[in-house]
Amino acid sequence: MIRFIINRLLQGLLVLFALYTITFFLAKAMPGEPFTTEKNISEEAKAYQRALYGLDKSMLEQYLRYPINIVTEGSFAVSTSKGRPVRDIIAQSFPNSLILGLSALGIAICIGVPLGVISAMRKNSWVDWGSMSIAMIGICVPAFTVGPLLQIYIAAHLPGLKVAGWGSPIDIILPALTLGLTTAAYLARLTRGGMLEILSQDFIRTARAKGVPSNKLITRHALRGGLLPAIAFIGPSFAALISGSFIVETIFQVPGMGQHFVNAVIARDEFLLLGVALFFGFLIVIMNLAADILTGILDPRVRLDSNQK
Amino acid sequence: MPEKQPMTNQITDTEAGTSLWKDAWLRMRKNKIALASIMVFTVTCFFCFVIAWFCKDPNQVNLVNKFSGPGSEHWIGTDALGRDLFSRILYGGQVSILVGLIATAVSVTIGIIYGALAGFFGGKVDAIMMRIVDTLFSIPFLMIVIVLQAVLSEWSRETSAWIVNNLNWDKGFTDRITNVLPLFFALGLLGWLTLARIVRAQVLSLKEREFVEAATSLGLSKLTVLFRHIIPNTLGPTVIYATLTVPGFIMYEATLSYLGLGVESPNSSWGILIKEGANYLETNPQLLIFPGIIFSITLFALNFLGDGLRDALDVRASKD
Amino acid sequence: MPLLEVNNLRTYFHTRNGIVRAVDGVSFSVEKGKTIGIVGESGSGKSVSCYSLLGLLPMPPGRIESGEAIFDRNTDLLSCGEKVLRTVRGKRIGMIFQDPMTSLNPYMRIADQIIEPLRLHMGMDKGSALKKAIHALDEVGIPEPDNRITMYPHEFSGGMRQRVMIAMALITNPEILIADEPTTALDVTIQKQILDLIKKRQKELGTAVIFITHDLAVISEICEDVNIMYAGRIIERASATELFANPRHAYTRSLLKSIPANQTKGEKLYTIPGLPPDTSQIIPGCAFRERNQIGDQSKCLTDSRPEFKEIEPNHWAQDCPGCLS
Repeated sequence: MIRFIINRLLQGLLVLFALYTITFFLAKAMPGEPFTTEKNISEEAKAYQRALYGLDKSMLEQYLRYPINIVTEGSFAVSTSKGRPVRDIIAQSFPNSLILGLSALGIAICIGVPLGVISAMRKNSWVDWGSMSIAMIGICVPAFTVGPLLQIYIAAHLPGLKVAGWGSPIDIILPALTLGLTTAAYLARLTRGGMLEILSQDFIRTARAKGVPSNKLITRHALRGGLLPAIAFIGPSFAALISGSFIVETIFQVPGMGQHFVNAVIARDEFLLLGVALFFGFLIVIMNLAADILTGILDPRVRLDSNQK
Repeated sequence: MPEKQPMTNQITDTEAGTSLWKDAWLRMRKNKIALASIMVFTVTCFFCFVIAWFCKDPNQVNLVNKFSGPGSEHWIGTDALGRDLFSRILYGGQVSILVGLIATAVSVTIGIIYGALAGFFGGKVDAIMMRIVDTLFSIPFLMIVIVLQAVLSEWSRETSAWIVNNLNWDKGFTDRITNVLPLFFALGLLGWLTLARIVRAQVLSLKEREFVEAATSLGLSKLTVLFRHIIPNTLGPTVIYATLTVPGFIMYEATLSYLGLGVESPNSSWGILIKEGANYLETNPQLLIFPGIIFSITLFALNFLGDGLRDALDVRASKD
Repeated sequence: MPLLEVNNLRTYFHTRNGIVRAVDGVSFSVEKGKTIGIVGESGSGKSVSCYSLLGLLPMPPGRIESGEAIFDRNTDLLSCGEKVLRTVRGKRIGMIFQDPMTSLNPYMRIADQIIEPLRLHMGMDKGSALKKAIHALDEVGIPEPDNRITMYPHEFSGGMRQRVMIAMALITNPEILIADEPTTALDVTIQKQILDLIKKRQKELGTAVIFITHDLAVISEICEDVNIMYAGRIIERASATELFANPRHAYTRSLLKSIPANQTKGEKLYTIPGLPPDTSQIIPGCAFRERNQIGDQSKCLTDSRPEFKEIEPNHWAQDCPGCLS
């Protein structure tokens, strides 16, 4: 088990390094200057600033220095557009993103999994048809349509809910709902597929032949295997939630990490870009690991102590 | 003798091909939702790519007549700048649909070649190639697309300027083209991972089958066997996966455009229309509702079509 | 009165391509402690008829069209409803299946699966159920049962899993054991062991066995009475000794002839030509007519289904002039 986790973390490190390399060179290839926001600064001042941020060094040195600084000093450099350490920016916005992401994931699981299980149990009935249509709507209607609709038709009419903003805990509801709906839809489809697959297996027939009543058939015999596809999807779905958060944070004005990423691209702020990208990548590695461990616990055939999949 | 062999092979190939597709078509015909989806998508394409040419200029600003409701002049009204919403939706659809289709074509091409080579060579080559795919899989797609798009669009701006200056093309036309090109590639270059896995798995199993042995024993070279005999047989899962990728790319394009990182004026896309509409949702909901509905219906049709194809071809998309 | 009496059972599948008459009027009975065999090719309806008895068919598309199955004089399994049926399934009628590799739940420990019937039907607490389960595993010849019971199915070999299935099916001392091709998926050496095990446990517990197989050699080893099924109907029934000594129906004779051991060395192996008829079409006459090489094909009934009757004392067969010898 511990060997497995260490193994996976090492793989995660590889992923992060690949992510860093790609982002670094793409950021370098981005056109434009980082300091164009301040108008009419002299060439001298520009050069001074470049030297200050270490942008005058050779490409290779910059490429190597950034990760070394992270490891040795815990420093993610200083944002060129905000003039503040990237670490502080992340530390400030990360809790908001985490709360938003985890609530969205929670909502997605609470809606998607039961919907999928019920659909599978009542296959080809109107319940199945109805919930799969809802799931399809969830996949096809984007967050940037759902979000504004919720703002105008829900938030504006219900007391306590605000159209946008991030102050009290109740403000989490609408952004998390907007963000979670698409993931809920995917989870519902995956859960239904997984449950149908399991319910068609021979061992379900064995259980029925033993006289197991149908509710226990689901909870004791089918659920464990049927949830595996949905659990394997938790890692990727967290990545999708991060992508979605770029949009949802804009709509509901949530002070999270997603908007920093988008702004960093627009402002050509490579340090902020790298910092946020690596942090998101790190979160995805952790979620993938969590999904793998959960799969290993639920499926006895997956052995966690080998690095085989 | 030697000249004859390729012909015989070809005949068997096409026979196997038609029977598989004929079979699938027969099953598809019974799937009413999938048929309706084909109709919806065809009609949408027809409107966006044919009818659009007979509509008003989507960029004709008329500030006097902004926010006009539906009427005979503007069928579903005008937007905040008095532009005709109907033709804006059709022209926006051109971009959205083209991005979906071309980005899919790019990613399918890369995915097939990459997956087929990995599966065909097997062994160490395969292990390394698939390890690369595994690693890339864990990298958040949209983040890289955003940065890549920023890089590519500057190049496209330069290219556009160069074409206008040196070839004397019409500036508006050139801008429209070069503006969307980066999207095709930013999305397509990164969307091939799953398909590479699917194709590789298919090739690995096909490689062991008798007809490949037969082709090899006839003296065909390995690569000929790969491209003439193995890849055509991976088409089923590829088509299913590609169909399901198109709506995904359309969604990504809309997301990018919504964030202000996608296509730019004079081009528009459904994502941009939805974004513009959201600003006036309180007073003029139709500006969000109409593009939103068209967008979602197109995605619906494509997703149902993909599901229908999967049922018809009865191939389980290989999971990792 | 027999322990189980099945009369005129019809199970149809209503599919998009028409109605498949998988079981089309089957009657048989099981006496206490006896073993009957049901033999047929795949698709002959032998498994479907037994699944119908226990309500294990997927419905839809399956539907029981007619018939009754009187169990222990008073319960009609086909009409008693799911609730009553559940008290019979796994308690008074146990079942083992063809593929031991897929018939055990891979996500549950053997212990949890094997004590389930005891907990459900006997209301036993976990501790005593476990004790009984370990004993049951010991009796089917699983070494170190108290250790192995905590393992998962994938840690067992195929033969061992079938032993677990047998232990699980018999743990409530059922009156009937339905064995659906229990040896087909196993190695030949293991087959013999499993057959011996079933025979041994049957003798010890006095269980009646319905043994479904396509393998006549297995039937001859274990069964007292044999039913031969073809295209959803029973076409011949006799005691095992009588049937092997004096097969009357052309299909039975073809089956016996196609056993390699019964054929002269060096000659081409005999196989029955053609395929079983498509049961989604109504078969107007003798279902075996087109494949009948041994009897006189020209005399086979073409316009009415042959009647199933007692042609000799305790020897029943479908009365088709072209098929009967």
